[in-house]
Amino acid sequence: MLTQFTLAEIVDKLAKKEISAREVTEAALARIDAVEDTVKAFVTQTREAALAKAAQIDAKRFNGEEVGPLAGVPMALKDNICTKGIRTTCSSKMLHNFIPPYDATVAELLENAGSILLGKTNLDEFAMGSSTENSAFFTTCNPWDLESVPGGSSGGSAAAVAAEEVFFALGSDTAGSVRQPAAFCGVVGLKPTYGRVSRYGLIPFASSLDQIGSFTKDVRDCALVMNVIAKYDPRDSTSANLAAPDYTTFLDGNVKGLKIGIPKEYFVEGINADVKANVHKAIAVLESLGAVAEEISLPHSEFGIPAYYIIAPAEASSNLARFDGVQYGFQAEADNLQELYEKTRSAGFGPEVKRRIILGTYVLSSDNYDAYFVKALKVRTLIKEDFDKAFAKYDVILTPTTLGLPFKQGAVRDLVSMYLNDICTVPTNMAGLPAISVPCGYVDGLPVGMQLIGKPFAEGTILRVAHAYEQNSGLPKKKPTLTAKGGAVHEKI
Amino acid sequence: MKIGKNDVAHVANLAKLKLSEAETEQYTEELNRVLTYIENLDHLDTEDVLPTVHVLPLQNVFREDETHLCLPREEALANAPETEDGMFRVPRVID
Repeated sequence: MLTQFTLAEIVDKLAKKEISAREVTEAALARIDAVEDTVKAFVTQTREAALAKAAQIDAKRFNGEEVGPLAGVPMALKDNICTKGIRTTCSSKMLHNFIPPYDATVAELLENAGSILLGKTNLDEFAMGSSTENSAFFTTCNPWDLESVPGGSSGGSAAAVAAEEVFFALGSDTAGSVRQPAAFCGVVGLKPTYGRVSRYGLIPFASSLDQIGSFTKDVRDCALVMNVIAKYDPRDSTSANLAAPDYTTFLDGNVKGLKIGIPKEYFVEGINADVKANVHKAIAVLESLGAVAEEISLPHSEFGIPAYYIIAPAEASSNLARFDGVQYGFQAEADNLQELYEKTRSAGFGPEVKRRIILGTYVLSSDNYDAYFVKALKVRTLIKEDFDKAFAKYDVILTPTTLGLPFKQGAVRDLVSMYLNDICTVPTNMAGLPAISVPCGYVDGLPVGMQLIGKPFAEGTILRVAHAYEQNSGLPKKKPTLTAKGGAVHEKI
Repeated sequence: MKIGKNDVAHVANLAKLKLSEAETEQYTEELNRVLTYIENLDHLDTEDVLPTVHVLPLQNVFREDETHLCLPREEALANAPETEDGMFRVPRVID
């Protein structure tokens, strides 16, 4: 089956005209037909447009015209990335009918690179969550165990890649929303440096933390996607005006003498013993390749989550003020304007979104501003300084991506426990650093991920280390079987 | 209790959210739980620490003052639940 190949392999086959874009697209659509009812990764599918685009690409190639670097490769976008003329919902009732009049910059770049959009993927409503259970529509299933969550918030994108419905997908990462689902679904997930990839057209959640990132089957594919989406964009005022390298040039396997810091704070209480063992095995693989690993301390790591739950809701409460039922999206019936706002927002937003708007409004109110909001911004400084100090001496920092394995749908009901899913990933958002999650083992048939964190704009370095590990990990090339481990698949909980 | 039902109702009102009695109760309980957890930050002395609002060393990003095409009116209005005479329509504000 064509869908079993990696992005790099498919690009190669297309370039050699061994296969056509139409064949690849039809194969991906057939795969979606076969597994989508089980996985439930997509909110919207764009089948006809995909086939039309594939035909266009084939015609261009036949005529010897220039085609882009990803020409003919089927992919998916998280449904908080605006796509012109294609419904973009944020998995919220609030935007259930919203059709953006413009493309996000990443959507445009991928379109111009010739990739073929197969659809928009499920997420926790407005990217707030760690399981996709907060989607207003349905919960996506983890392809490795259909009763478990795929992680979140970009769970649909992670599951679509893991289930081989697409060759790659984009998500967004505010506290770990690319890396945690990548770990849970056994794929590679990269959150680039803040500012490396344009956020124009990404429906904002917490603007100082949000970053678009990719899901791919392996590290080379990740580099190929980065080569297209890492670009300065004047339409995003936080976009870094810095030329991006060819990321594939870093994939040389050479990690000799590379210094890896292993922060002890990421291996303490709450970590699953098997996850820990697998991450330690991965460290040993890198050491065997000549890298030098040493224990370090990032003393403020544990304060990442509490600071995040001030900063992110604060920014969200401001960003989500735009949803008032007037210009787009859901509108409730009302007799006056005040009632229109209140009824629209109360009925349009789900419980987690409302919770965070209330929390954010609370910490920003004048009585609490200094005690909560400014305090959190100061803690953000301390977290960033921890990394600055470590990176004065080390090239990369290696941690588990998550402390535990994918959990069952409906199993985590306590709010703070759910929030702690991002404990290993949130500090890098606070500091704006690039980080990648790479599969590093399997426990009870479920994937484990390790995280490599780099200096600002050093995506190349973490890709180099991730690639060297991947090529030498000795891990079996496992793929999900798409079955439930006993019992029936859960319906929406 | 860090935050009472009245606080939650007040904040919800500021955020233009209308909560039922049951929701107010639920959010009060949940927010207390979250705020208690957040207050772990009080263990840190941040007296002499400067706040980080933004991680990039960017200041005043300027661009040329050029005119560009903007969204045509019909497209800007296309998603609106209600329009009239090329404008967004809302319930009457002034009697």
